[in-house]
Amino acid sequence: MEALNALVQWFTVPLQFDFMWRAMLVSVVAGAVCAVLSCWMTLIGWSLMGDAVSHAVLPGVVLSYLLGLPFAVGALVFGAGSVALIGVVNRTSRVKEDAAIGVVFTALFAVGVLLVSKIPSQTDLMHILFGNVLGVSDADIAQVLAAGAVVLAVVLVKHRDLTLYAFDRVHAHAIGLNPRRLEALLLGLLAVTVVVALQAVGIILVVAMVIVPGATAYLLTDRFERMLAIAVAVAVTASVLGTYLSFHLDAATGGAVVAVQACAFALAYLFAPRHGVAAGALRRARQARRTGEPADPASAP
Amino acid sequence: MTAPARAPEAPATGHPAIDARGLTVRYGDVLALDAADLRVESGTVCALLGANGSGKSTLFSALIGLVPLAGGQVLLHGRTPDRARKAGLVAYVPQSERIDHSFPVRVVDVVMMGRYGHMGPMRRPRAADRRAVAEALERTGLSHLAHRQVGALSGGQRKRAFVARGIAQGADLFLLDEPFAGVDKGSEATITEVLHGMREEGRTLLVSTHDLAGAGELCDRAVLLQRRVLAEGAPEQVLTPERLAEVFGITAPGASARPRHDGQEAAWRR
Repeated sequence: MEALNALVQWFTVPLQFDFMWRAMLVSVVAGAVCAVLSCWMTLIGWSLMGDAVSHAVLPGVVLSYLLGLPFAVGALVFGAGSVALIGVVNRTSRVKEDAAIGVVFTALFAVGVLLVSKIPSQTDLMHILFGNVLGVSDADIAQVLAAGAVVLAVVLVKHRDLTLYAFDRVHAHAIGLNPRRLEALLLGLLAVTVVVALQAVGIILVVAMVIVPGATAYLLTDRFERMLAIAVAVAVTASVLGTYLSFHLDAATGGAVVAVQACAFALAYLFAPRHGVAAGALRRARQARRTGEPADPASAP
Repeated sequence: MTAPARAPEAPATGHPAIDARGLTVRYGDVLALDAADLRVESGTVCALLGANGSGKSTLFSALIGLVPLAGGQVLLHGRTPDRARKAGLVAYVPQSERIDHSFPVRVVDVVMMGRYGHMGPMRRPRAADRRAVAEALERTGLSHLAHRQVGALSGGQRKRAFVARGIAQGADLFLLDEPFAGVDKGSEATITEVLHGMREEGRTLLVSTHDLAGAGELCDRAVLLQRRVLAEGAPEQVLTPERLAEVFGITAPGASARPRHDGQEAAWRR
């Protein structure tokens, strides 16, 4: 009974504080929006691209701060700019794409770090790097909600096209759609999503938010719609638990949220019913017992 | 496969299905296609034969406007590739290694993707779309597998799923990239049957393949490609030992115009 009481208090006591409600709101919205996008990121294999765009927005965010613009404006400009620059470097030199990505995003990130270190500011711009969800302002919350709503609305309208693009872009082209435009749309959504998430976990950990939930869900299902639902559920749970953990441990919220996501991935990696490591070992062991009976791919469940 | 023959949605314009002249494509310094001419009449099955690197995939890409042309022009049913694509006339059946087999989509989802060009911007399927998909699945013998994930199919079944996508699309011109690669003999026969059924309805098929023996059975016409079109005509005219030696760098023992399938296949697929 006492243990139960302690557990209830673990969850209820932090909610007496207004800042916890706000932090929870931002974490949950950011987690959910990132999780939706993470499904396509995982399927296309864009984790390095996610890393690149999320780091490359830093100078844009700092410049927006200087000019008094919403963060999203600068982030979009630099997010899209970095993608274009990666394309140019890749096409016009013998450097391979992953090296082009590595060079461009670290260069932009470095410029951002320089700017942060040289600009005197009331709000500590270092929070952009590591997140400061326990101290978000009303304006920050409004921006997170607006940007998140834009991303979700676009995804709601375009999700079938995005999945088609991820699955077979030649077919998309062959039926008269424009795969380049879909790619640009997805990268634009990524840039806006980064803005949403950097309030919650900071620029450095944003890439985890746009990869880990999708990768976890991918281990748990073979249906895209379920993958979306699972990714969102995992991310929202991680956001709530992570925010509580950071309160009780007096530790960085972003780190706590991403650490919980990583735990969810580890559990799925090990114990997913069909695609987990344990299930695979079990299947191989069973097959070894029934020697000489190769599995017919068509009769797989 | 039992559904009644249905006329494709393509217009009977009297134009050839493919009319490509002087197609030239460069990748940097590499000349991938050198003034290739190709004319395929509506309602024929045409084999596109050539060794690796002969430009078969590039020709497909050029036909659907996926690579910029350094020279020449393409008309599909008398239309530019762009207009033909927007009209949903062209279906592309990808090579199996180009597809991510673990992608979380079901067969029915893949076939539904053929309908996207007919739908509104949100791609919400209507009754007509569901009907077209069900019909295409039945035609290709996949109805009982409709709710399987694509990776859970055999190579031949997966190939048929992509053919079904083109059927659901209502395409008239099918570009099939190596449809028999990685497919066992039984499935190959099923695919051939499906393709013959499509020809009977007046659809046009351009089939790229290494499989010379299969090409003779499947196709009305054959085109031998080596960056340019070396020969074009009935399969037995095109598949002469001399030409094959020239293109594939091998001599067919017994000088048979239709090489045997066994044993030599590895050499053809070099």
